[in-house]
Amino acid sequence: MSDQTHDRTQDQAGTPASHDASSAKGWVVVAWAPDEFGAVALAHGVFEARDRGRGVLVVNATKGDALVDDRYAGPEALQQVERELAAAGVPFEVRQSVGGDVADQVLQVTSEVDARLVVIGLRRRTPVGKLLMGSVAQRILLAATCPVLAVKPGEQPG
Amino acid sequence: MGDFDLLWGGLQQAATPENLLFAAVGVLLGTFVGVLPGIGPAMAVALLLPVTFGLEPTQAFIMFAGIYYGGMYGGSTTSILLNTPGESASVMTALEGNKMAKRGRAAQALATAAVGSFVAGTIGTLLVAFFAPPLADVAVQIGAPSYFAIMLLALVMTTAVLGSSALRGFIALFLGLTIGLVGLDPNTAQARLDLGLPQLIDPLDIVVVAVGIFALGEALWVAAHLRRSPLQIIPVGQPFMGKDDWRRSWKPWLRGTALGFPFGAIPAGGAEIPTFLSYVSERKLAKNDEFGKGAIEGVAGPEAANNASAAGMFVPMLALGLPVTATASVMLAALQGYGIQPGPQLMTDQADLVWTLLASLLIGNLLLLVLNLPLAPLWAKLLRIPRPQLYAGILFFACLGAYATNLDPFDVGLLLVFGLLGLMMRRFGLPVLPLILGVILGPLMEGKLREALSISGGDFSGLVSEPLAVVVYAIIALAVLAPVVVSRVRGPQAPAVPASATDGAVADAAPESDDEKVGR
Repeated sequence: MSDQTHDRTQDQAGTPASHDASSAKGWVVVAWAPDEFGAVALAHGVFEARDRGRGVLVVNATKGDALVDDRYAGPEALQQVERELAAAGVPFEVRQSVGGDVADQVLQVTSEVDARLVVIGLRRRTPVGKLLMGSVAQRILLAATCPVLAVKPGEQPG
Repeated sequence: MGDFDLLWGGLQQAATPENLLFAAVGVLLGTFVGVLPGIGPAMAVALLLPVTFGLEPTQAFIMFAGIYYGGMYGGSTTSILLNTPGESASVMTALEGNKMAKRGRAAQALATAAVGSFVAGTIGTLLVAFFAPPLADVAVQIGAPSYFAIMLLALVMTTAVLGSSALRGFIALFLGLTIGLVGLDPNTAQARLDLGLPQLIDPLDIVVVAVGIFALGEALWVAAHLRRSPLQIIPVGQPFMGKDDWRRSWKPWLRGTALGFPFGAIPAGGAEIPTFLSYVSERKLAKNDEFGKGAIEGVAGPEAANNASAAGMFVPMLALGLPVTATASVMLAALQGYGIQPGPQLMTDQADLVWTLLASLLIGNLLLLVLNLPLAPLWAKLLRIPRPQLYAGILFFACLGAYATNLDPFDVGLLLVFGLLGLMMRRFGLPVLPLILGVILGPLMEGKLREALSISGGDFSGLVSEPLAVVVYAIIALAVLAPVVVSRVRGPQAPAVPASATDGAVADAAPESDDEKVGR
């Protein structure tokens, strides 16, 4: 199974998705989706990165097995997140990918770059829901080779 | 108006709580499968064929009719919100509908589609009640040679004229006719194509063939293309229309109905042509230049044409026993499953069934409107169902249905064979409709051919012994030769369809169209 990765650096619209990425001293990988969980993870990721001069690598992944996935960002949401990151003044990159497992796609990115931290937004899951749908957060927590910061909506960075 | 008395009687029959329940189940199920691209009403009816073992014919057909109309309606939701037509007849709706939705008028687009479907379906059903009985009266007197010619016309038209490629259509048709040959020869009781297997001495069960081609084939195809980038859906609330929308919609509804019904009723039906014609005529009649940016007329017209042709299909189906769409052929198979002989005598032999069915179509139409306007946001949620879970469910019912026909594991193996055939057909772009028509019409045609030939003592001139047969053969020749001649005369630069109407959206949308998919 080949994971297709759309690196937003080569976006045909010509908008630079990465911003002086070479100056980053290691990366903070943010598992992001266009919702409140993604937003809080991104806020924490930017906060952690800015302090230590790290870059923010935003990963937006989907299993791609449904016709519609609300957690897979459309062009507008992607532009919005790029604007936010540019305004925050940190080096950044935004990646979107489609593959078998969302956690694997995030972990793949962390092993590819010099990842120092993974930030994830925790969703509320009932035991039954977890049994049925699994938990991306749990798999990232257990399998990541770097520290993982798990945040919930309402938690302010700092 | 004796017919309307009969229809009134049918309404009273259909309005029992139990029948209403089946109509509601059918309508909901039909919308469900219509909304999801790749799963059409034909697959749903095929999967439900085994329920006919336990249900009265009337109830089963009320449910199937609900599925058929519901499927037509459901396709429009996907077209409008996602630009991915749930079935081929909704391609034209997607053109303007999706643009309307992008401009924030999704609620109005859905509403005009729903009300237009209701108007067209109701008028269409009344027209069926008006046209089918006299046609059946005439059809009873048609002899075997003419009958054979009419069936041939239906096959040739759906195969050569409607599809994207005549060669692919004929490959599919002959595959279907071959499958239809399996079993004992009706006259001499010789076993044909039995491959030495005792299970193949009986004709193949249509449940196994239809479910294999529609359900298993689609599931395997989806499994081979499981992961795709998700599409962006346009959020929608409760559909509604303003005064201006009503004013702009009602004429396209009526024009669409007028275009759609005759195309559904001639034995070369299919909703693609009338929806296209309706779109083009609304575009021509439009006074402002809103077309191409989301004009409500471009949703109202094709959607009405779509449902009117869905209703028109019942005319040849009930009056001649001639199915012209995939769903109709599976419904005909269900009829045969009850031991009811389809054909002109159906209207008189099974008058109760026919009139209750027509009445339940009217009721189903009303239910569609009542249920679907408030439920639209819920239907949009269906598109978030992950494919593995969805198709696992379909496969479960497919295997259950195949096994239940004879309680023989051999049928499940056969199901797999037809599933692989369905996968290959999708892979090589063979249309499914000619195959399924071939399977179901093939044996009926053979019967008429044998009858005609035995009357004439084996002389082939017996096939043209009736004036009607000669006329029909002339129409067939015209239908096959005209496109060839026209393209020769006009040269390569003459496009049959205005390029502007078939740009972007159709090109994007067409590969996603449903059970009658042509060009994947």
